[in-house]
Amino acid sequence: MRAPDSDLPIVFDGVTVKAGAVTILDGISLRFEPGAPTVLIGPNGAGKTTLLRAAMGLFPPAAGRITWGGRDQVPPTRRAFVFQRPAMLRRSASGNVRYALASAGVARADRAVRARDLLERVGLAGLADRPARRLSGGEQQRLAIARALARNPTVLFLDEPTASLDPASTKTMEDLIAAITASGVKVVMTTHDLAEARRLAGEVVLLHRGRVLEAGPADSFFTAPKTDEARRFTAGELLV
Amino acid sequence: MNEGASAIDLVLSADPVLVEIVRLSLLVSLSAVAMAALIGVPFGALLALTRFPGREAVIVVLNALMGLPPVVVGLLVYLLLSRSGPLGELGLLFTPEAMVIAQTILVAPILAALARQTIEDLWLEYRDEFAALNIAPAQRIATLIWEGRFSLVTALLAGFGRAAAEVGAIIIVGGNIEGFTRTMTTAIALETSKGDLALATGLGIVLIGIVVIVNALAWTTRRAGERFAGI
Repeated sequence: MRAPDSDLPIVFDGVTVKAGAVTILDGISLRFEPGAPTVLIGPNGAGKTTLLRAAMGLFPPAAGRITWGGRDQVPPTRRAFVFQRPAMLRRSASGNVRYALASAGVARADRAVRARDLLERVGLAGLADRPARRLSGGEQQRLAIARALARNPTVLFLDEPTASLDPASTKTMEDLIAAITASGVKVVMTTHDLAEARRLAGEVVLLHRGRVLEAGPADSFFTAPKTDEARRFTAGELLV
Repeated sequence: MNEGASAIDLVLSADPVLVEIVRLSLLVSLSAVAMAALIGVPFGALLALTRFPGREAVIVVLNALMGLPPVVVGLLVYLLLSRSGPLGELGLLFTPEAMVIAQTILVAPILAALARQTIEDLWLEYRDEFAALNIAPAQRIATLIWEGRFSLVTALLAGFGRAAAEVGAIIIVGGNIEGFTRTMTTAIALETSKGDLALATGLGIVLIGIVVIVNALAWTTRRAGERFAGI
């Protein structure tokens, strides 16, 4: 079951990503280490989602280098990604998880039991047989996490996991993220909610216009930001 | 009035001539839909998932072919299969096989065009998830076809409706030979001109019944899709 190597740390070394002529990430150097969640914050269009996707390995950088556990070009078998609007398959909740288990190479005989465990873990055990696309937004978001965990990942990327959720669903999601972290999975996530970053983050990365303005432990980031922009951003000012 | 009564009589008494005509009609049209599905759905999937110069033109032509006039298809297949035609040696003209070929040509573009649209929409929806889940290309195509199952079944039914109701192509390549290539639509055309309105009306009733059933199945499929898949 367990692969010998971890994908951690994930190291960005001068990574630039372009979409046509537009530079979306501009010379990013970063490390994602095991431990408490790393939370990417910054204004819209700062490059948070692109950074997350690049770390997943969904596209190669135009310049620079990304390594996973010291290796290049590692297929995403031990990494998982939950998109901001996850696309549910047209099957039951359990069917979605079993699909992910199959894609991760889990034997057919084991899938039903594993799917039940995963749905229980995200609090959807009672909805296993419901059509996935009939679930609420928060439930679909948690189902997407169950699907992601089916890969038994070492690192889990979450893109705005609580955007457009009501406070109760947000609380459920944050508790789930804490539980996942406690189980030894590294969470790297984006949010536009500073209070959420405070609650969850072990490390914070502040992005602006495709560059890292400041990165470091959450405590010192929020109590003693080093840069003027971070001070203004954490004080609730708009970075434009 | 008299014809109406004897038409209903023919249907209810399962008149052997009528039953044989209905049987051949269903056999020809179902075979054609099966052949068209084997050709059209993979072609549509390929077109949905590849990018090449002239692709848009191919899609426009494909969509236009959905409205192919049956008589023109009949003529085309006739020319291909006639004794002096390129496939004349096969001796297929005026056989049920020729009718299957003609209807396959009519239905395949419908299935290809609808499959292309369905699978392309699903591809746009799922491609990121496929990449994140590291799904192999063949598995992606299988998944897309399965996710589009409700739409694809509806497309198959639409194709069957078109095949079962057309007369222009099969009357040319089948020849409407009694007991051999006589189908519901060709028999209705012939019997009406001959004045045997009872058989024509009886076949008309059966044909309309089949069309209603096909549409009911399409409706049920759509409802099932909404309920189970949330499409």
